[in-house]
Amino acid sequence: MNFFHRARRLLALAALSLGLVSHAADSARPIIAKAALAETPAQRITLISSLIGSGDESIAPLLAAWKEDALFVFTAPDGTKIPVQLSGDKDNKDAQAAVRIDNGQPLHFVAAGPALRLVASELAAVEHTSALRRAMKAVLDLLDLSTPDLKKRISAIQTLGFAQDAEKLAALQARQKIETAPAAQLALREAIALIGLKDASTDVKLASLKELAALHTIGSADALKAALKDAEAANHPSLAAAARLALNAVDRHLTTVNFFGTLFRGLSLGSILLVVALGLAITFGLMGVINMAHGEMIAVGAYTTYVVQNIFGPGLALSPFGFSFHLPGLNTSGWLYESYFIFALPLSFLSAALVGIAMERTVIQWLYRRPLESLLATWGVSLFLQQFFRRVFGSNNVQVSSPSYLSDNWTFNDIIFGWNRVFVIGFAGLIVLGVWLVLTRTSLGLLIRAVMQNRNMASCMGVRTERVNMLTFGLGSGLAGLAGAFLSQIGNVGPSLGQSYIVDCFMTVVVGGVGNLPGTVVSAFGIGLADQSLQQILLNPVLGKITVLVAIILFLQWRPAGIFVTKSRSLEG
Amino acid sequence: MSAPTTRRLEFIAVAFIAVLLIVVFPLLNSYGIISNFTLNLWGKYLCYALLAISVDLLWGYTGLLSLGQALFFSLGGYMLGMHLMRMIGDLGQYKKPIPDFLIFLGWTELPTFWKPFSSFPFAAAMVLLLPGLVALVFGFLAFRSRIKGVYFSILTQALTYGGSLMFFRNDLLMGGNNGFTDYKFLLSADVRDASTQRALFIATALTLVLVYLSCSWLSRTKLGLIQRAIRDGENRVLFSGYAAAGFKLFIFVVAALIASVGGALYVPQVGIINPSEMTPDKSLEAVVWVAVGGRGTLVGPVIGAIVVNALKSWATRAYPDLWLFFLGGMFIVVVLLLPGGIVSIPGRLKTWWAHRTAASAETATPVAS
Repeated sequence: MNFFHRARRLLALAALSLGLVSHAADSARPIIAKAALAETPAQRITLISSLIGSGDESIAPLLAAWKEDALFVFTAPDGTKIPVQLSGDKDNKDAQAAVRIDNGQPLHFVAAGPALRLVASELAAVEHTSALRRAMKAVLDLLDLSTPDLKKRISAIQTLGFAQDAEKLAALQARQKIETAPAAQLALREAIALIGLKDASTDVKLASLKELAALHTIGSADALKAALKDAEAANHPSLAAAARLALNAVDRHLTTVNFFGTLFRGLSLGSILLVVALGLAITFGLMGVINMAHGEMIAVGAYTTYVVQNIFGPGLALSPFGFSFHLPGLNTSGWLYESYFIFALPLSFLSAALVGIAMERTVIQWLYRRPLESLLATWGVSLFLQQFFRRVFGSNNVQVSSPSYLSDNWTFNDIIFGWNRVFVIGFAGLIVLGVWLVLTRTSLGLLIRAVMQNRNMASCMGVRTERVNMLTFGLGSGLAGLAGAFLSQIGNVGPSLGQSYIVDCFMTVVVGGVGNLPGTVVSAFGIGLADQSLQQILLNPVLGKITVLVAIILFLQWRPAGIFVTKSRSLEG
Repeated sequence: MSAPTTRRLEFIAVAFIAVLLIVVFPLLNSYGIISNFTLNLWGKYLCYALLAISVDLLWGYTGLLSLGQALFFSLGGYMLGMHLMRMIGDLGQYKKPIPDFLIFLGWTELPTFWKPFSSFPFAAAMVLLLPGLVALVFGFLAFRSRIKGVYFSILTQALTYGGSLMFFRNDLLMGGNNGFTDYKFLLSADVRDASTQRALFIATALTLVLVYLSCSWLSRTKLGLIQRAIRDGENRVLFSGYAAAGFKLFIFVVAALIASVGGALYVPQVGIINPSEMTPDKSLEAVVWVAVGGRGTLVGPVIGAIVVNALKSWATRAYPDLWLFFLGGMFIVVVLLLPGGIVSIPGRLKTWWAHRTAASAETATPVAS
């Protein structure tokens, strides 16, 4: 009985609100103007309450002005009263431009005459009682429910749902009737069911629990737990069972979301590792040079992105080593500014490749036969470069802002896909493809492979091994630079950026099997997925990382030469 | 010069330096001729020299470039540090009988694994046991699967990195980021007292001399020969029927113990231990000392550790911005131009001189005939 009675009441309320909504949809301004002129407080409250359900953007500022005594009634010489608001700067007579409340236009004395300027202290502010202010609050609370901005609307619906306030139910149901966006519809169902949990009747509660089980939204978990507690306290087995069912549904959904979220994060971390380690797979894997400065090549790429961004923007003032100069900026904006990243990519590759080639010419070319010492010398280079970054760009992190097409995300079934991470995954694929094409389909690739397999023989056949070494090292370093351009979109850019990746890089290459590019791909994704899953399981990033390191050491017990072994008859191979 | 003569000369030199470090320096300090600060600084250098010897024993003598020595060094330091923290008693900031950082983390009584560290013999035993055990397990796994050369370096680097990540965590209950500091007493003597510091210096110098002599003896035994044979041609050693893995494991553990003792002596003299001592960078820095001094000799690492650190003490104060340029540059130059380090300079000069005189004699000969 009770349920039907309530339902009828709700229907009636909904119909009332619906009517008001369609009425208020034309405009809120005349209603507020009318309310300001109303004779009695009760009339005012009725008029203001009629705004409930309207999404008009003019409501919030007008009501706020009213509450702050900034809504005035201007009496024209002929006796008509016009509610106005004052805006703009005060002139020397303290007068401000007057704006009509009913249509938002400047107030004219005569239709064609000049706009009036009025002084606030000479006008009577419209009064407001506490009951009126409560009515206004109700309007404001529900205002966002009808805003045209979908995201804002959904968040408003959710806020109302989580508050579980039965008084807001009518408005939500009214909205449900006219809401067209599916996402907002779902949010409305959830919010109405959440409010239903607090309902006095068991039937409504049960229906709400069923609805929540069907919706299994993550946000409803807390409310469901509370409902379960209440049901158990009230010793109500059927309600408790329904609550448990709903909670289980949410848990299952959460597990699925976590699983796919972890999978996605693992893939994206794997792609980052892949991009970062691919360069190393070439310098270390193919050339046998232990480049401890590989991390700094990444930083060169990241700083290049930073410089390019500033050149597209306002320019950049640098004062390294006591000199100071200003890189002029192009002061672009909009899409042109955001396209800086497209230009930064090849430039990061080039700058890192140049630094790599310079390093190869000065230091590494003497150390091809002494791998352990190449480790030491390149570490020296790495210290040198880090200090160089500190002196040029400062020891703090620099700010690289992501272009808008990389900084948003998609939320699909509660799983968040950051565009930058999706981009990294795609780009990692492209880079791997590119490197594979270079190595197998170009004459440079042929020379690289020849020199790496047998330096002396290649040299005898007339290959200029020195030049090939230089280019190979340049390629490896350039790839590190590209990785740096990506990392600038994902994390901080600072002098020790490279240091945080160098150990992971080496691990990836060693696990993959040195000198083996497919191995690097597999191990990068393997380590990325393992790292993210362990973080999810152990609930601790550092412990996860340590476990991965231990696992790698144990893995190498099983396969000392990595996943894919490059077969060789050489004793030391 | 015949081998015995060199040996005698070396012995005389070592004895001279030993007397200088163990007797003369502390005496001069007690008469105020050498300041407490200087003595303390030298105590630190000598601890670093121990670390350098441990790196050299692996890298210079066995061909294993271990980047894990900083881990063993700081593990030793942490073990003694735990005892020192217990000896603070209730003199900490919070005036409670357990270390301040534990109170800060919400502990009201001592975690179980901390309890035995109240005893000095236990802590001293742990200085040897824990790093020894870590080295044994890691070395066993690494050498069993014949991980060598660069891979060994990379894996030890990963080990050190993992260790530092672990010690940076607060819930390891080892002081987290800040580590241990603010020590008060060691063996019921005030750590900050000049006489205690002097005693610590003497202990460090004594340890260094003992380690030096044992390593020098070790390198003359058959084991030392095999060690160098592994460095120069591991496969030949294997084919001659020696189980190289066992020898390498032994040296690896011994080196870890030397580093660990160095760390344990370092902590009370410097007064702080934190995870930044444990990073792979610190291991690489120790490798620089060895490279600069001259690897494959025992004097080299000691000279390298003292020279580079003395230079660092001076340069970080005089040119703080340029020190890293200098360190990096020194590394590159030594590796490229002076692979033998400082100790090879006299030999190089001699060959150069002999070459020169021979060349001038050659040019002179035709004239004479």
